[in-house]
Amino acid sequence: MNQIAATQAWLRRNLFSDAFSGLTTLLLLGGAVYWLPGLIDWMLLQAVFEPDAAACQTVNHAGACWGVVAEKYRFILFGRYPHAEQWRPLLATALLLAVIFASGMRLLNRKFLLTAWALALPAFFILMGGGSFGLTPVGSDQWGGLPLTLLLATMGMLLAFPLAIMVALGRQSGLPLLRGLCTLYVELVRGVPLISVLFLASFLFPIILPQGFSIDVLLRVQAGIVLFAAAYLSETIRGGLQAVPGGQHDAAAALGLGRWQAMRWIILPQALRAVVPSMMNSAVSVFKDTSLVTVVSLYELTGSLSLALAGDAEWRSFHLEGYLFIGGIYWIGCYSMSRFSRGMESKVGAGATAM
Amino acid sequence: MRLPNIARRWLAAIALLMLLLHLSPAHAGKTLDQIRQRAQLVCGVSTGVIGFSSADSQGRWNGLDVDVCRAIAAAVLNDPNKVKYVPLNAQQRFTALQSGEVDLLSRNTTWTLTRDASLGLHFTAVTYYDGQGFLVPKRLKLTSAKQLKNAEICVQSGTTTEKNLSDWFKAQGIKVKPVVFEKFEASIKAFFSGRCQAYTTDASALAFIRSKEAPKPDDYVVLPELISKEPLGPVVRRGDDEWFAIVKWVIFALIEAEEYGITQANLEQMKASPDPAIQRLLGGAEDTGKLLGLERDWAARAVKAVGNYGEMFQRNVGSASPLKLPRGLNALWNKGGLMYAPPVR
Repeated sequence: MNQIAATQAWLRRNLFSDAFSGLTTLLLLGGAVYWLPGLIDWMLLQAVFEPDAAACQTVNHAGACWGVVAEKYRFILFGRYPHAEQWRPLLATALLLAVIFASGMRLLNRKFLLTAWALALPAFFILMGGGSFGLTPVGSDQWGGLPLTLLLATMGMLLAFPLAIMVALGRQSGLPLLRGLCTLYVELVRGVPLISVLFLASFLFPIILPQGFSIDVLLRVQAGIVLFAAAYLSETIRGGLQAVPGGQHDAAAALGLGRWQAMRWIILPQALRAVVPSMMNSAVSVFKDTSLVTVVSLYELTGSLSLALAGDAEWRSFHLEGYLFIGGIYWIGCYSMSRFSRGMESKVGAGATAM
Repeated sequence: MRLPNIARRWLAAIALLMLLLHLSPAHAGKTLDQIRQRAQLVCGVSTGVIGFSSADSQGRWNGLDVDVCRAIAAAVLNDPNKVKYVPLNAQQRFTALQSGEVDLLSRNTTWTLTRDASLGLHFTAVTYYDGQGFLVPKRLKLTSAKQLKNAEICVQSGTTTEKNLSDWFKAQGIKVKPVVFEKFEASIKAFFSGRCQAYTTDASALAFIRSKEAPKPDDYVVLPELISKEPLGPVVRRGDDEWFAIVKWVIFALIEAEEYGITQANLEQMKASPDPAIQRLLGGAEDTGKLLGLERDWAARAVKAVGNYGEMFQRNVGSASPLKLPRGLNALWNKGGLMYAPPVR
């Protein structure tokens, strides 16, 4: 009896507190009853899970054809990387993910963390690129799928962050030339879409470079992403810098701290703390923007999926299932980032208490 | 005044740099030497066109356009597997060739005057004669494309298909509404979900789209008209005539091999044939390779790698493939088609 009363109270409080929320609850419930059986039927009951094209064609889209993922997962995850060598990107991806995970969960203290990154990044490049330790060389234009997405996003953020801080500080500098250059950079980059930055990096650069002198295409594209992300991130950070009250500068000066010391110990920590949520915004969008590199023939997750399916007579018609699969991967990535951001906010008090 | 001074110096430095960059054209070198040096042919292909160039689950490329790359690699490097395939979409393909990212573009590309004359490129030879057609739902009871008045027509962007569509209907004095999609998947999905009354693309793809992509193939028909000429073939950069000649003549050799009945299987016997034309082609009596900068048996290597043109056709797009296309225009000239190669002599 008590149990029922408690349940009723919980229901009233959480789902039917007023007319509007009651209506919403009913609508959502109705939607679930209406859509869920069909969805479950399509996703599970009628679905084909084995890599059997004939079975998928018999079902003819009445059920999902997860077989397409079972058949093509290696192509989707590793793109054009040579098939026999795909244990290398697997290991490299696992390594990078482990370090990212350890950093996100704060499993290691600062010294170990730096060492871990310093070991994992070179290991990643050695595994992917080969050419040493008896590994056959694999050109970076052949890298693809998940490792490429991860690499572009991780390096994009790691390198953009310090650059963005410098640009943000530069825009506040007293030197007109430095300030002008920083403003010019931010406005230039923000004035063009990422896709044109990538095109520039990929196709225009080789034409204007002198002969016999070429820069790796992945490097050019990565540089483009870093420059692009840094421009946006720097404005976020500048917002944080401006949110630090002027009294903090004075107080730091009164303590006898020099300009750089004040910046390092007083201003930047408060500024960065204030903008954790928007920085995470940038990180999430860099992660998703990496899918644009397909236009310059680097085949990351979305690119390798369409490469895997577009020309395959038997599997081509099942790209919806493929897209759902990589959609799941992107969701896991983005959701982990927002969880990390929330953890970070509660740890550093996210600005609210600082000001 | 210090600042303008600095600025002037910077400007001078940048101007000098640009001049230097301008003076050294990026790709003046010989393509053949570069290919030999890196022991690899870099071939631009599609991001997946069934029968022409597509990657299987293990990432191996195959198709008619891919076989052209393999044949050239065999002729030049004596190994059809020494090819790196660079998948390119319709918009980026020419830029990739111009910038030197690929040695050769073998990616079902239509030969037109504009492309040949204004992009700094050379079309080499035709490997497939295609034409543009229409797929329509049966329930509309259409028998000709001329009945598509005011119809919405789904089409993929960045190709000649889009322009042919508007040209042809303008010539017919009929108004239609093209619905343009960037991605192939999106365009056919839209058509089969009823967004358009017709779908248009190259005829080589239509029959297969109907049989494999349609929810019910019997509900759709391919209209009889072909509204355009689509001669497809490999493209090279301008400024390297030797390489242009090599690509052209490897293709001609494959066509001529079919004419003389030289196949992958009977190649070794054919080398002993008394026919002077066969002797010339396979490098027996004369060294035609020297004129191209290749070894004596260049043509024989190409045939050994991929078979003659007819074999390439059957395997990739013809009766032995999922596309099951008839030879049609692509039969040899002496069998009612258009495939005619200048003599190797």
